[in-house]
Amino acid sequence: MIPVEIIVIPILTLLVATAITIARIRNLWAAVMFTGIYSFLGASWMLILDAPDVAFTEAAVGAGISTFLMLATLALTPRRKKNAKAAKGRLAGHLSSENFQEKAPKRSPIMPLIVVTITGCALIYGTLDMPKFGSENAPIQVYPNPSFVEKSQPDMHDLPNVVTAVLASYRGYDTLGETAVIFTAGLAVLLILRKNTKQDEEHDLKLAAQDEERIMKANESKKGAVS
Amino acid sequence: MNSFPIIRVITKILIPYILLFALYVQFHGDFGPGGGFQAGVIFASALILYGLVYGLPAVHKVAPPMVIEKLIALGLLLYAGTGVACMLLGGNFLDYDVLEHNFLTEVPAFLEAVPFKTDHFIPTGQHLGIFLVELGVGITVTAVMTMIFYAFAGREQVA
Repeated sequence: MIPVEIIVIPILTLLVATAITIARIRNLWAAVMFTGIYSFLGASWMLILDAPDVAFTEAAVGAGISTFLMLATLALTPRRKKNAKAAKGRLAGHLSSENFQEKAPKRSPIMPLIVVTITGCALIYGTLDMPKFGSENAPIQVYPNPSFVEKSQPDMHDLPNVVTAVLASYRGYDTLGETAVIFTAGLAVLLILRKNTKQDEEHDLKLAAQDEERIMKANESKKGAVS
Repeated sequence: MNSFPIIRVITKILIPYILLFALYVQFHGDFGPGGGFQAGVIFASALILYGLVYGLPAVHKVAPPMVIEKLIALGLLLYAGTGVACMLLGGNFLDYDVLEHNFLTEVPAFLEAVPFKTDHFIPTGQHLGIFLVELGVGITVTAVMTMIFYAFAGREQVA
């Protein structure tokens, strides 16, 4: 049997390399593609850790939908004036790399580097007293006793997927909350991003005019009452 | 993207499999890996792929924004409704065990020739509850992701 490290170490190395590239690269178009690559590498890593559910999500959301949303944002932001004329009317020209060159930052990177290093060291220090990876005495293996793996078979009438049983049944109330969060977040994004139709705008203007009229009238009647 | 025939053809070939995989992840989630969220995201990504390649009007025909908008709320309602249904049946909120029902305890005459399992014709309470709840999650996630795509794709460049 091949040791897991043969796959794990290259993937983690690539993850680090991709992360550094994303931070260093000045071409925004390429940076977005690298975030997609990062998500795919992340998904592969999750798969090795026996978490296919998370891998699905990472591949579909991280590499698929969020990459698309980033690209859409890039396409919506104004281009550099210099290239705008040349690229006019051509999608390929619009998305060409010169248009998405980020300016090099003027501030020195030393202060952020110090902050990041200290935070990183603190996080690594925090992992020191965690149980060893895969240790059988880790709290997650010991508690709760009997574990969900043992308990869910009789409880769920032989539903084999323990993850689903925990998410949807034992912790059903949590998942309801999560769904409500997705619902609310979706509504908020729509309220911000949604393009108003002309009808909506006219309706808004009409309502605003009505409000103004009402306030005027109220003020006038107040004045009348005072005098 | 009208000028990229290869992309158009490949997309057309891929989309049915993506949708099928999404449905598999949704409805087989109790047995294999997956569940409502994953399925919803995969389903939405198929719609987004279609919209990217064939344009917004084409995908609006498949999934009209008016309908998708309502599905956002429907999914959450299905989830919460399952919980309320459990309460109405005398259990706690989201206590799926009370959903357990055996109907057709006797084999009807016209089905006598068929090898017919009478016990648990409806899946067990827990199974049914998980199924409905995951379906609710899947519907909401698909609808939210698709609506965000519509909102982004419907906008024009600033200045």
